[in-house]
Amino acid sequence: MSATPLLELRGIDKSFGPVQVLRDVAFAAHPGEVTALVGDNGAGKSTLVKCISGIYPTDSGEFLFEGRPVSINSPRDAAALGIEVVYQDLALCDNLDIVQNMFLGREKRSGIVLDEPTMEQMAAETLAGLSVRTVKSLRQHVSSLSGGQRQTVAIAKAVLWNSKLVILDEPTAALGVAQTAQVLELVRRLADRGLAVVLISHNMNDVFAVSDRIAALYLGQMVAQVKATDITHSQVVELITAGRSGNLGLAEAGAGSAGNATGSTDTTSGAVR
Amino acid sequence: MTTTAVKKQGPAAVAPEPTVGSHVRNYVSRVRGGDIGALPAVLGLIVLCAVFAVMRPSFLTAGNFANLFTQGAAITLIAMGLVFVLLLGEIDLSAGFASGVCAAVLANVVTVLGYPWYVAVLAAIATGVMIGTVLGVLVAKVGIPSFVVTLAGFLAFQGIVLMLMKEGANISVRDATLVAIANRNLPPTLGWALTAAAVLGYAAVQLLRHRNRVARGLLTDPLAVVAARIGTLAVVLGVAVYILNLERSRNVLFTSLRGVPIVVPIIAVLLVVWTFVLQRTSYGRHVYAVGGNKEAARRAGVNVDRIRISVFVICSSMAAVGGIVAASRANSVDPNTGGSNVLLYAVGAAVIGGTSLFGGKGRVLDAVLGGAVVAVIDNGMGLMGYSSGVKYVVTGVVLLLAASVDALSRRRSAASGSR
Repeated sequence: MSATPLLELRGIDKSFGPVQVLRDVAFAAHPGEVTALVGDNGAGKSTLVKCISGIYPTDSGEFLFEGRPVSINSPRDAAALGIEVVYQDLALCDNLDIVQNMFLGREKRSGIVLDEPTMEQMAAETLAGLSVRTVKSLRQHVSSLSGGQRQTVAIAKAVLWNSKLVILDEPTAALGVAQTAQVLELVRRLADRGLAVVLISHNMNDVFAVSDRIAALYLGQMVAQVKATDITHSQVVELITAGRSGNLGLAEAGAGSAGNATGSTDTTSGAVR
Repeated sequence: MTTTAVKKQGPAAVAPEPTVGSHVRNYVSRVRGGDIGALPAVLGLIVLCAVFAVMRPSFLTAGNFANLFTQGAAITLIAMGLVFVLLLGEIDLSAGFASGVCAAVLANVVTVLGYPWYVAVLAAIATGVMIGTVLGVLVAKVGIPSFVVTLAGFLAFQGIVLMLMKEGANISVRDATLVAIANRNLPPTLGWALTAAAVLGYAAVQLLRHRNRVARGLLTDPLAVVAARIGTLAVVLGVAVYILNLERSRNVLFTSLRGVPIVVPIIAVLLVVWTFVLQRTSYGRHVYAVGGNKEAARRAGVNVDRIRISVFVICSSMAAVGGIVAASRANSVDPNTGGSNVLLYAVGAAVIGGTSLFGGKGRVLDAVLGGAVVAVIDNGMGLMGYSSGVKYVVTGVVLLLAASVDALSRRRSAASGSR
């Protein structure tokens, strides 16, 4: 894979009042790869994503995008760089159809009139490019779609804008087995098209099914970022729950401080969620 | 999983070419799935007209047909504005008295201050814009529920009308142009010319869109369906204009009374303009989006606060237009203009027409269809000699009926997974 990561974070700190949610986090996402971001509830995954997408400002730390330092202060900045986030609770409008949802907020117009044919064509091309064949009509309302199809539309919406980095927040959390497989296949296809994909998931099967790298957060610290092939299922679970596994993760000496941090888990998770 | 997915070519090529049959089947399945749209209003209109026509033959006369338009005009115009507010799942209870305030401003400017009619009309609409801005800012920026803000407005505007009327006196409106709006008719030939222009314009838009989509290889409604739409419009407009152009004067020697009431083309133009805004501009798309899922719209970059303020501005401005028509019809403005049943009739019109009280669903056309239902009930029951007490009860029941249809169809669509 390419040498310079598409997005690289260094030394990110983030506090909400007295509670430090992220401490000295380093993270990298490479083009053409799926990077899984794992961690227990309250480990700081969502906060990290919100920092990347410009919803939260960071307290300190550097952002490098394609090797250049950048500052992301608003969702607009993130979108301008080509960073798109697909949220867990699917930001789709039930009363609009697929095309209308995909172009919401960025409608194509000719003059003041909406250019429906162009939007419909672009939506069709994007879905075809992702080999999505499960939707019957682009003009059906999103309310009539299954959970997997909705997730597909949400992902296609993120891809439509030639984005370079797509962050998926628990895309399979609410899906059945077949639909999960469909969505994971789509996630893999995004990476194969050269996008950098960040997948947040609780499900180890999903993580090992699609990801190239696994980054584990433990109580706001990045304890490991390794190739998926170099780590086992149980090691990841240990990293998530204890912050260390063999020679991976927090150093032995740091176990004491990690223990202290455990005491504040409740407040931390309260702040993150 | 891959095998199940590889059945088809691509989303654009998936669905079979629609035919007239599949179009009808789609419509039927949409209705069964709870997406009934204006169907209850259209059916209700037909049933009501049939009942009144049988009970009171005078209901079917050309004179009464023309009356329906002028009686329902003000309510319909207010309801058109209310559709925008209802699309966001909000409510404007002050729209009735807002129209009263605007009518009072109109009467004061034209009669008391003696300015020409267009200054008065502009002043009335500007008053509407101002009222809407205040309501919208209170709802969107301060965060008070629209129900409370507009309930307060309902009371306060009632007081403002009284103050503008100098404690109860009424102000007559004698300006020829203003009086003409609800009391004069278009020359019959002009009525036909406008009808022809409307039908041709609609046909041109529909056929151009059809050709454009075919040229780009997109799915389109079959040409027969497009033709049926154009034909329906032509027949409905043609019959209406024909009846309105009949002589309805009781004594032709004394005066001739025929032609389309001037208020009809005003409603038609506003209907076209607002429908265009809602269906063909990104502003309209954002109104639907905010009504469907406010958070999704916000994340997609829609300025939600601005949309919320703007719908109240549109609603109060349309209330102003309604107030102008009401003043014109009564030749005067009194402290009760826009009061009593006006607001509830207007909300009823929008809901009866198929606009959802839950937001996200509705069209401007709904207000016109619902306004027609309300006007027919009011007019027909008046002809049958019922007291206004009975009329209120019946209209209230019809509003409840429409709201239950809305709530039930929503439940049904939740069950069948389609809106």
